[in-house]
Amino acid sequence: MTTATNLLEGQSLSMVFGGLSALDSVDINIKKGEVLSLIGPNGAGKTTLFNLLTGVYSPTRGKIRFKQRELRNMKPYDITKMGIARTFQNIRLFGNMTVLDNVTIGQHCRTKTGIFGAIFKTPSVRTEEKKTREKAMEVLKLVELDDVWDEKAKNLPYGKQRRLEMARALATDPELILLDEPAAGMNPQETNELIGLIDKLNDMGKTVLLIEHDMKLVMDISQRIMVLDYGKKIADGTPEEVRNDEKVIKAYLGDTHKGE
Amino acid sequence: MNAYYLQILTVIGINIILAASLNLISGYTGQLSLGHATFMGIGAYSATLISIHLGLPFIISLIIGGVVAAIFGFIIGVPTLRLKGDYLAIATLGFGEIMKNINLNLKITGGPMGLRGIPQATNIYIVIAAVVLTIFAINRIINSRVGKSFIAIREDELAAEAMGINTTHYKILSFVIGAFFAGIAGGLYAFFFRYIHPSNFGFMKSIEILCMVVLGGMGNTYGAVLGAIIITVLPEFLRTVSPVISQYRMVFYGLLLVIMMIVRPQGILSQDFDFTLFNHGLLGYKKKKGGQIQ
Amino acid sequence: MFFEQIINGLALGSTYSLIALGYTMVYGILELINFAHSEIYMTGAFIGLTMVTVYKVPFPIALLISMAGSCILGVCIEKAAYKPLRKANRIAPLISAIGVSIFLQNLALIIAGPQARAFPKNFKVTTIQVGSLFKISSIQLLILLVSIVLMIGLHFLINKTKIGQAIRATAQDKETAQLMGIKIDRIISLTFAIGSALGGAAGVLVGVYFNSVDPMMGFFPGLKGFVAAVLGGIGNIPGAMVGGLILGLVEVIGAVYMSQYKDAIAFAVLIIILLLKPTGLLGQKVQEKV
Ligand SMILES: Nc1ncnc2c1ncn2[C@@H]1O[C@H](COP(=O)(O)OP(=O)(O)OP(=O)(O)O)[C@@H](O)[C@H]1O
Ligand SMILES: [Mg+2]
Repeated sequence: MTTATNLLEGQSLSMVFGGLSALDSVDINIKKGEVLSLIGPNGAGKTTLFNLLTGVYSPTRGKIRFKQRELRNMKPYDITKMGIARTFQNIRLFGNMTVLDNVTIGQHCRTKTGIFGAIFKTPSVRTEEKKTREKAMEVLKLVELDDVWDEKAKNLPYGKQRRLEMARALATDPELILLDEPAAGMNPQETNELIGLIDKLNDMGKTVLLIEHDMKLVMDISQRIMVLDYGKKIADGTPEEVRNDEKVIKAYLGDTHKGE
Repeated sequence: MNAYYLQILTVIGINIILAASLNLISGYTGQLSLGHATFMGIGAYSATLISIHLGLPFIISLIIGGVVAAIFGFIIGVPTLRLKGDYLAIATLGFGEIMKNINLNLKITGGPMGLRGIPQATNIYIVIAAVVLTIFAINRIINSRVGKSFIAIREDELAAEAMGINTTHYKILSFVIGAFFAGIAGGLYAFFFRYIHPSNFGFMKSIEILCMVVLGGMGNTYGAVLGAIIITVLPEFLRTVSPVISQYRMVFYGLLLVIMMIVRPQGILSQDFDFTLFNHGLLGYKKKKGGQIQ
Repeated sequence: MFFEQIINGLALGSTYSLIALGYTMVYGILELINFAHSEIYMTGAFIGLTMVTVYKVPFPIALLISMAGSCILGVCIEKAAYKPLRKANRIAPLISAIGVSIFLQNLALIIAGPQARAFPKNFKVTTIQVGSLFKISSIQLLILLVSIVLMIGLHFLINKTKIGQAIRATAQDKETAQLMGIKIDRIISLTFAIGSALGGAAGVLVGVYFNSVDPMMGFFPGLKGFVAAVLGGIGNIPGAMVGGLILGLVEVIGAVYMSQYKDAIAFAVLIIILLLKPTGLLGQKVQEKV
């Protein structure tokens, strides 16, 4: 099972809330350098899987290995430091901080100024602060937010807030980045720019795990797609395979029929 | 300058240190404490006892008082900072009362007699220096990697963790730094009034400090300074206006607190403080934020 | 000896329960720690005392008048100091409550002076021997009886009447309650009224029990009533009753071993409960959806 090409491996992951089984024995393997999409109807357990991978919840059953290391009992901040970053479906920026500071915070686990350094502002602290700022501006340029660097995050329009979430995650210097519905609420043009951005990240060598409802985006961008339904994995394959999978069609059609 | 004004200035200075340090904990890090005076008391007692029993110079005693307060900040912070919102507030209140009860009964603290005859060592210059250093240090902290982590915790604890911040560690750090400065303020107080008693550092004092911070504007150091000045001067001012008002000055004081909250609930100088974070009530997480991570 | 301590604990505890009920109801409905509650309790004691000493009213009537007075005071406080802040942040009402508390305490100091007053001597204490095991003083019996009657009454009101239903609905979700046609402003005032009446009754009972009434008397019982409310699970009415009784027992029994630390014991219990079971003994865990 354990192969060197797998950056992350989750084995039979289950998560139960009260009586509700949000995830049921799901296996997930993420290969280094790929863009893997996670799709499924509302409430399928996609976000819950993200929460397990990032240590927000610990799984009821199952284990997760990242870079050959077991993540059991690791806190979210340890996991971030190991190289997994995420965005939140319901944007959770530091609203009263500036755009720049949001991204600066992202570099927290790659910097080390402590309390005495902060008070005495030694030359090494000054250097670190300067570097942090430069790196933050670089990341902001990448997501095209450098012009609003000194605005408060809460005052940004929605699409920009989503991009800032990505910038903040990128600033942690992750190997694997988890994006939870980054295109939600974006207009078609913004979505196209987002596709370009994710491609760029992938070219930079980042591995991407993406939750998305926008099928065009998913089909465009993914090397592989995994489908969840009612907490179970029902398909895992190339976009072509998944598109023609009976169970997937049923899950989605069943869903739309219910909606009508 | 006459002694009366000098005394008021000194008290203002001490209160500024207290308010600015509580503001670090509550205003910047978002951890509501109803026991800040506890650390002031620990600083006051430790500095006094060290100076009396070991004969160490004033400044050294003062700093040791701050360090002892910081150590207690750590001891109290480790268990309680797992709690959120009102729960934390009540736990800090509880620790404050326990400490007061202990001080009332220990022999070394003079019990209910308090400690008398402390040498007069605090003067206005030392107070001014302490205030300037405190504000300087807190400002430096706030603008640093450490302070930004504090603010991130206040803004969204979960997101802060996802950004790699060890939130427990930083909450405790904020508590310890705040306790240190409160301890220094306590030492200054002891060596100025030359007499300390457990009730000087009880719940009412903690509340007074919180009022300064809230009135000035949470999450704004200069707001804390302003709040400290107003809350210190107000009762004195009421005292001097007229003898009638003087008699009723604490009544007016209570009334003014109510009025000020109604007129400006966000405090005078608050710029960037989002109070919804205190919505972690004792009843759990209210619907406000719409539940679960999505 | 042991049984006597139990009785002492229950008597003290039931006054904590009465105070705790006021905190718990207000917290349940507004999520506000009503620091002014300790002053309502103090005011209640003073009204009771004045009725008995100045107007020579029989005790039961004095108790009722005191409850009515506290009730009016509580509602006035809510209207004047909290209602304007209902849309504000969480801290502002807290400070406002503290302001009210300082205001009332100092007003009482001016009106009544700092010295403690006693209920008149004709308030005779008799000791009743029950079986061979324990005895109970008439005052303790009075406290227990009044508390039990009030608590049963409250329990009935909250669980069996339409008003109680409205209170519970408002506590759970104000917006929905309003949509269902409940006048939430009125319900909030009512909650203050009930809580304050109970607080006032506690003040009178404690004033008689310790035979002492003074402007600062509210401070510690107030804090402890609040501790009792948290102990039982804040927002939970049976919890407040149980929390008060437990706190009273712990304090009295603890005081046998180290009397000077009786206040510390109360708060130590609080902190232990907060750390082990923050929702309190009877409070339900609200599913924390992060
Ligand atoms: N903290 C929690 N407590 C209780 N139930 C939860 C919690 N988090 C998620 N759930 C439940 O688990 C199920 C899966 O939720 P999840 O958020 O993972 O779905 P999702 O696939 O991300 O859906 P969507 O597309 O709507 O975001 C849902 O039924 C949800 O209500
Ligand atoms: Mg989701």
